[in-house]
Amino acid sequence: MDRRLFLAGTAAVVFVPLSPATATPDAMAEAIRKIVGTATPTEGRVKLDVPPLVENGSTVPLTVSVDSPMTEADHVKAIHVFNEKNPQPNIFSARLGPRSGKAIVGTRIKLGDSQRIVAIVETSDGKFWSAGADVIVTLAACLEESP
Amino acid sequence: MSNILVNAPKTARRGAVIEIKALIMHPMETGFRPGPNGRIIPRNIIERFTATWNGAEIFAMDMSPAIAANPFVSFFAEAKESGTVVLRWTGDEGFVAEQRVDIAVE
Amino acid sequence: MTGRLLAIGLALVFAASYAAAQVGADKRRSGYQDMGEALQKMQDDDTANPGMLFVQLGGQLWNRAVGAADKSCADCHGAAAVSMKGVAARYPAIPGGSDRPVDLEGRINLCRTEQQKADRLPPENRDLLALTVYVAHQSRDLQIAPPYDPRLDAFRQEGAEIYRRRQGQLNLSCAICHDDNAGKKLAGIVIPEAHPTGYPIYRLEWQALGSLKRRLRNCLVGIRAEAWPLDAPEYVALELYLMQRARGLKLETPAVRP
Repeated sequence: MDRRLFLAGTAAVVFVPLSPATATPDAMAEAIRKIVGTATPTEGRVKLDVPPLVENGSTVPLTVSVDSPMTEADHVKAIHVFNEKNPQPNIFSARLGPRSGKAIVGTRIKLGDSQRIVAIVETSDGKFWSAGADVIVTLAACLEESP
Repeated sequence: MSNILVNAPKTARRGAVIEIKALIMHPMETGFRPGPNGRIIPRNIIERFTATWNGAEIFAMDMSPAIAANPFVSFFAEAKESGTVVLRWTGDEGFVAEQRVDIAVE
Repeated sequence: MTGRLLAIGLALVFAASYAAAQVGADKRRSGYQDMGEALQKMQDDDTANPGMLFVQLGGQLWNRAVGAADKSCADCHGAAAVSMKGVAARYPAIPGGSDRPVDLEGRINLCRTEQQKADRLPPENRDLLALTVYVAHQSRDLQIAPPYDPRLDAFRQEGAEIYRRRQGQLNLSCAICHDDNAGKKLAGIVIPEAHPTGYPIYRLEWQALGSLKRRLRNCLVGIRAEAWPLDAPEYVALELYLMQRARGLKLETPAVRP
């Protein structure tokens, strides 16, 4: 057997993607484009609170706060959060209104790996705002084999 | 019925902005993990959470598999009138859960 | 005679200084203290701590009649807030009519088979964990206080030996990590002192509630040792030793851990 051919074949097998879908920075950009269309989000007004270093990626506290008066005339309509490396780019989309009083939403998310998180906020004037945060996920030393 | 914990004030001043926190028991199975037999465990997540105050929607969230198991959500609402806040979770496999909270506005 | 007096005197001095050292310089740390602020807050807030969902479920199960006897836990024990207060702080213990210690899960299963005439719940079963966490929660903020029972000594001694025994392909003992290297980092995580202060715990890695046995199995898998089956007496012996070692620390059940 031709050694070169064998190596090439092995490489081809090795580099077949193992997972059916993995979010990438491109996939995240695409998911964001679906929300903002042709608009370019402006950085600012949004605060993305997530610990920079998390002890376990399976339950990461995350809070998005937006500087907004939350009045009928000027309020946050939606908060979307995305990630780069989970199997899918979307994390959540929340709908708010003047009745919210404060544009603050908290939840807990899963992160498969260290990566960048981006929040996109849509305000009642049709504008988009954004904030990003890098999260480093450390893994416990003694993990269970299977649940 | 799933176990649910809600943290909301029983009373509020008119016009006050109150925080509502809710936690529900649910596996949020991603659909990407292999089970002990090597086969992928089917996706089983809560897809949507909504909150209404006397019937009017005050908050809604579409969830993805990236929301942690036993989902936690916190949000704010302006206390306009006394009434019932209904929190509702719906998802895969026909999952529906509801929790009602009465809030007196003075 | 003088010798004996001297010995007694010395013993008293040692006892007093040992006690003083225990009070003055207790450097033992719960794993809680090694967690980040976000996780501490998650544990502290009863409406944010996912373990509280299981406490709530356990409370519902406590009042539910089951088995051929159609009895609930409450039918015998009344309000858990009264009858179960302090129980988790002194377990494992030897149940009446037996000569072997059981952990809380084992005790609950004895109640099921003997009193309720119901089936045993399997290890790590959700309802068994919920009942256990409900019972243990009644001792939250109480100090761990293993009772004086000489019948437990041999089992506790066995636990101490297991704790110090090297095992697995990595040839490590519990003591090498959790005594000799506690506080240092392993793969970015602080090695805890392994005090069982909050079981059953809500472990983020599991995204679920789990028992001390499940946690000990994680360690065994981590050092590539063969894990004992979940009903093995080794776990109870080890828990007896760990509870003795954690004597005086406060219970946190349900604790949250990464």
